[in-house]
Amino acid sequence: MTDTALSITGGLLFVAGAAFLLLGGLGLVRMPDLFNRIQAGTKATTLGTLLTLAGAACLQPDWSLKLLLIGLFVLLTNPISSQVLARSAHRMGLEKSRLTMVDHLAEDTGERS
Amino acid sequence: MAEFLVYVAATLTSLAFLLALYRFFKGPSAADRVVAYDVLTIIAITGIVLIALAEGRGIYLDVALVYALLSFLGVIVVARYLERGL
Repeated sequence: MTDTALSITGGLLFVAGAAFLLLGGLGLVRMPDLFNRIQAGTKATTLGTLLTLAGAACLQPDWSLKLLLIGLFVLLTNPISSQVLARSAHRMGLEKSRLTMVDHLAEDTGERS
Repeated sequence: MAEFLVYVAATLTSLAFLLALYRFFKGPSAADRVVAYDVLTIIAITGIVLIALAEGRGIYLDVALVYALLSFLGVIVVARYLERGL
């Protein structure tokens, strides 16, 4: 790897994405209940993965197409898995944190939360 | 310089993996473990890209491609199972 402006930009993007991954993992440990953990674990890691893929594309410009495809798949599949998880946790009747006030899904289906 | 930054990113990614692994082993309910597993698969994609960069072999990106496409299926199957059984 040579030290051009492009490669340094790629390295910085890579570090920023890895920092977002770390924040996602930290939120996974620190958050009080399951729904907050899904929130931290999905959004932060999606952004982190996209940033690291952009950084890798800057470091190796030949790989841009495949990295773009990987980013597209991550963007498509992450919301699906987190939504299915949140719905199944809600239907399991998992207890929410004391600080969680609003539950729109319970209001819509008319059940007591 | 760029190489050093990639090493820093690899360290941060490993730390994130360890934090998610902590939740995976500790998680009070089964759903917590599935969330941790979901995050682990997402971090693993970055790990595969890092390995491809370190080795300088673009063919490893195909592994990351297939993994990004298929890894969420396991999460969905387990979530469905927790919801009402298979």
